[in-house]
Amino acid sequence: MSGPNTTFDPKQVSVLSAEAVAAMVREASDAIAVAQDLASLKEVRIAHAGDRSPLALANREIGALPPAAKAEVGKRVGEARAAVKTALDDRQDALELERDERVLAEESIDVTLPVVRETVGGRHPLTTLMERVCDVFVAMGYDIAEGPEAEAEWVNFDALNVPRDHPVRTMQDTFYVTSQESGVVLRTQTSPIQIRAMLERPLPIYVVAPGRVFRTDELDATHTPVFHQVEGLAVDENITMGDLKGTLDHFAEAMFGQGIVTRLRPSYFPFTEPSAELDVQCFVCRGASVGNADRPCRTCGSEGWIEWGGCGMVNPRVLRAVGIDPERYRGFAFGMGIERTLMFRNGVTDMRDMVEGDVRFTRAFGLES
Amino acid sequence: MRAPVSWLRELVEIPADQSGRDIAEHLVRAGLEVETVEAIGEGVIGALVVGHVVVVEELTEFKKPIRWCQVDVGSDHGGVRGIICGARNFAPGDRVVVALPGTVLPGGFTIAARETYGHTSDGMICSERELGLGENHDGIMVLPEDAGVIGADAAPIVGVGDEVLDIAVTPDRGYALSIRGIARELAFAYGVPFTDPGSVIVELPAPASGAAPAECGSDDLSACGLFTMRTVTGFDPSASSPHWMQRRLVACGMRPVSLAVDVTNYVMLELGQPLHAFDLDKLSGRVRAGWAPKGAHLETIDHVVRELGPDDLVIMDDSGIIGLAGVMGGLTSEIDNGTVNIALEAAHFSSGVIARASRRHRLSSEASRRFERGVDRELAPYASARAAELLLEFGGGTYIGMTAVEGEYQPTSIAIRAQEPAEVAGMPIDDAAVIRLLEAVGCGVAERDGSLMVEVPSWRPDLTDPADLVEEVVRLVGYDQLPSTLPTSALGHGLTQAQRIRRRVGIALAARGAIEVLTYPFVGDRELDALRVNDDDPCRARVRLANPLSDEQPLLRASLLPGLIAAGRRNIGRGNSDFAIFELGSVFRGVAGESVTRPSVERRPTDAEWVALSAMLPDQPCMVGSLLTGDRTPAGWWGPARPYDWSDAVEHAQVIAGVLGVSISVARGSDPSFHPGRCAALMIGDVQVGVAGELHPRVIEAMELPERACAMELNLDVCGDRAAVIRPAPAVSTHPVAKEDLALVVADSVPVSEVSASLAEGAGELLESVRLFDVYRGAQVAEGHRSLAFSLRFRAADRTLDAGEIQAARQAAIDSAARNCGAVLR
Ligand SMILES: [Zn+2]
Repeated sequence: MSGPNTTFDPKQVSVLSAEAVAAMVREASDAIAVAQDLASLKEVRIAHAGDRSPLALANREIGALPPAAKAEVGKRVGEARAAVKTALDDRQDALELERDERVLAEESIDVTLPVVRETVGGRHPLTTLMERVCDVFVAMGYDIAEGPEAEAEWVNFDALNVPRDHPVRTMQDTFYVTSQESGVVLRTQTSPIQIRAMLERPLPIYVVAPGRVFRTDELDATHTPVFHQVEGLAVDENITMGDLKGTLDHFAEAMFGQGIVTRLRPSYFPFTEPSAELDVQCFVCRGASVGNADRPCRTCGSEGWIEWGGCGMVNPRVLRAVGIDPERYRGFAFGMGIERTLMFRNGVTDMRDMVEGDVRFTRAFGLES
Repeated sequence: MRAPVSWLRELVEIPADQSGRDIAEHLVRAGLEVETVEAIGEGVIGALVVGHVVVVEELTEFKKPIRWCQVDVGSDHGGVRGIICGARNFAPGDRVVVALPGTVLPGGFTIAARETYGHTSDGMICSERELGLGENHDGIMVLPEDAGVIGADAAPIVGVGDEVLDIAVTPDRGYALSIRGIARELAFAYGVPFTDPGSVIVELPAPASGAAPAECGSDDLSACGLFTMRTVTGFDPSASSPHWMQRRLVACGMRPVSLAVDVTNYVMLELGQPLHAFDLDKLSGRVRAGWAPKGAHLETIDHVVRELGPDDLVIMDDSGIIGLAGVMGGLTSEIDNGTVNIALEAAHFSSGVIARASRRHRLSSEASRRFERGVDRELAPYASARAAELLLEFGGGTYIGMTAVEGEYQPTSIAIRAQEPAEVAGMPIDDAAVIRLLEAVGCGVAERDGSLMVEVPSWRPDLTDPADLVEEVVRLVGYDQLPSTLPTSALGHGLTQAQRIRRRVGIALAARGAIEVLTYPFVGDRELDALRVNDDDPCRARVRLANPLSDEQPLLRASLLPGLIAAGRRNIGRGNSDFAIFELGSVFRGVAGESVTRPSVERRPTDAEWVALSAMLPDQPCMVGSLLTGDRTPAGWWGPARPYDWSDAVEHAQVIAGVLGVSISVARGSDPSFHPGRCAALMIGDVQVGVAGELHPRVIEAMELPERACAMELNLDVCGDRAAVIRPAPAVSTHPVAKEDLALVVADSVPVSEVSASLAEGAGELLESVRLFDVYRGAQVAEGHRSLAFSLRFRAADRTLDAGEIQAARQAAIDSAARNCGAVLR
């Protein structure tokens, strides 16, 4: 290893002559010129500008020169090193430019090749739609309540003010477990969850209850024996039917867009009094199709409104059956079919698509509906 | 209930410009659901006139018989016209409906005078179908003589231009099963006066002296509180009901039969009171309502023999049972086309009694539908008078008189605060408005200091509670007047742990490429046998439906696999052969318990009652299951296909474990549905929470699944119970890692999971992770053994490990594996 010289040696110093330095620069320039790619240029840089290059070694010799010669030789070697560095940098720029133009082009791959090696999964749109409904109410401060699918008949009917011989019991075609007298049914609605919520939770109660329900209908394009509902219940002091309307309006807006409102029509459910049918304004035409034969609307059948569900004020009889004082508390409840909602909201035309589990149907929805 | 607009207009002065649709809208706002508005003879434009057939000439030279008719259509329409007609059901002298040239019939068919069969046919004699009135194409319409004069406008006579509202009547609105009830709602909706046809008894001739009307009675005045009989004798059995009555019956969806039957139906439609006409000569003794004796039988007029019991309220006379009260009459006393003496029953039956009977006998009739919804308690004598009037008018005969028995009747009175409707609605309704609206419903209202005593009209048996009156007031104010406000005090807790877990499990599996399905929970023994589920297995479905849709599938699933397999097969049948499908849902385990006495609904059930109710229900844990078959990765530019196999099924379980934050370990498992050598038991600690692997080849064969189909099923409730509610944060060391690879030779019978666990146990707390990266079998390893290559990572929380520490931990791991698994370092 050669370090800086401490004693003057005339033999070595000969390399610092003007001719010798010029030759070093020339050699470097020639090597730079023939470097054809960045890798060879890197070698050239080590050979002619690196720590052990002739010019670097020459630079070290300067210290050994007599003071009178130092300034002149120092200047000469410094200029030579600068010239080589400039030449290297220029060549580097040129080669990088060339690489960008040529080499990267050669390396190109068809990035439109199919990349998905695993088939894409999906959640059932009924599931995600129920979650979306629940999320709207969770954001309003509701809890999500649940109950069993095989349910006590008392909870599914009696406590909901559907007496044994009431036509409603025959209207809703009920699956009975074991026998007609067993007292256990497959719940025909999500309303029994209301009863459970009122029996099990402290007042006030604000819950939304999604679930699977059962009726003895054969599967066809518009019916299925197994389907889904979401039910809402609020029991508090001073709850009004106006609160029900406002809640549903907010819900409709959250589901279908700003300005969408609901409409209530008088109806009958044993567990609510007053009772109402719930319509939502058509979110596609917003009523513009009504009486406008040129612009028919398939979503609402040019009615402007879409039948959505049922609602009403909790019948005081129901409150009594769960031990809530109807003189002090009032409640509202509402419910809607999720299959039906998915049909008009997402344009599903056949009930069977939601039932059969065809992967093509569900995959199209991905993780949302 | 079908209601012709022309009939409604007869009872209420609906503004003339109101179409059927307008009227329907008013009814909908009042709470009657109008399903359809049907225009009768829709598409008929132009003149239809009453024609009189003068001459019929048979033309025989054509392939089919043709008639050349001379029809008088009245001097205003050109007198007698020649018309060609192919029908043969008429004769000279008949009244027919003639469409004159220029008239357009449904379908855009314009009548014109045209040359046909060698004559100029100058109009058309119409059939029902041609006018869009019905499907009857047997011949042309022959009108009764009383239908109208020659040349009269035939449209109103045949109903063309009328509209019919089809109303779905909710169970509380029994009164709307009558023109009378619908008309009352319309009168309020339009703010016009209403004259109740059920409030005046029509004047009948004085009862004939000397003859006694049929006697009647009621054995149980709580079940039959009012029973009346009117007797008409000497009735002309050949008389038919007038054309207008027949048309209305048809418009309402009923078939005209005979005058007596038509009259009872007509009055039922008009007023809502079911009536029954007996042939008086077939009765013996007093007709009365009473409970059937045990073991009694009755053949009803639909020719079905029905077994009766002491819960059946029946109509009987001295001969025995002659009718099922309020539901259907019996065959023996039925009127026939020789009946000359009629006894007309009009009674009031308790709605519960009739509903039970209708349910028990699976027999729903026009009468039972009305009685079970509640018929006006006072109506019977009014309705039977109206029916007698019509019988006498169109059938002649002599009015003999009426007999009746009646129990005590107290109109329902309801106390309500005048401001209650306003408080419930959340909008101002002043006391005066409340009183006015209740009176419009037909209530009698007495006010004292803001409290109302409301007497409910007899035709509204559905009004029993203050809440019912609130509804009446609020609906008449209009639901569209309700304000849109929000309650203020909801204080939610967000989703529960179990709810969050279900959502995330669904998302995680879908993100892994699986597709969610929602299958029916119905299964049958055949599928369970195919799945080789043992009789004592908890997955053997045991909860049975009393009334399954299919006898093949009477059970409720105890496992998700049958539904997943059915959905999987459906997909394969449709050419979707590569998939993983999954389902999250409840299954039904155990059996439904003994039924218990139902708690009262007048109070909260006691804790004991609630426990007993809950104990009846089967266990319903939430499961997650998946079925995997075909390719997970298809063949592509990246290489060959990679089929789903057992490991993907286990991976599904591990994905779920990751979501839950629990550690699911895998042990060799056994499950009759799974391949005995390729079945993984999914364990949390010592508890098995599920199973995964390749299905048993016999299952695959029986279920016609592709070979090597795989499945996984996990009890999410049990897993969720073990998931950490709050997960502790790990200490992430910033000190360097030391990697050590080692290969161990172990017997094939030793599962990798045990070797990994032993290594981890021995390596101690410096071990960061242990990962199997290669399995080798071959010449350099003894028969029946394999070489397992593991990568171990060591790291300390507080320092850089020195070579000695690393070496010691590595040796401890190897020693542990040697001790526990007989592993030998290679
Ligand atoms: Zn629309």
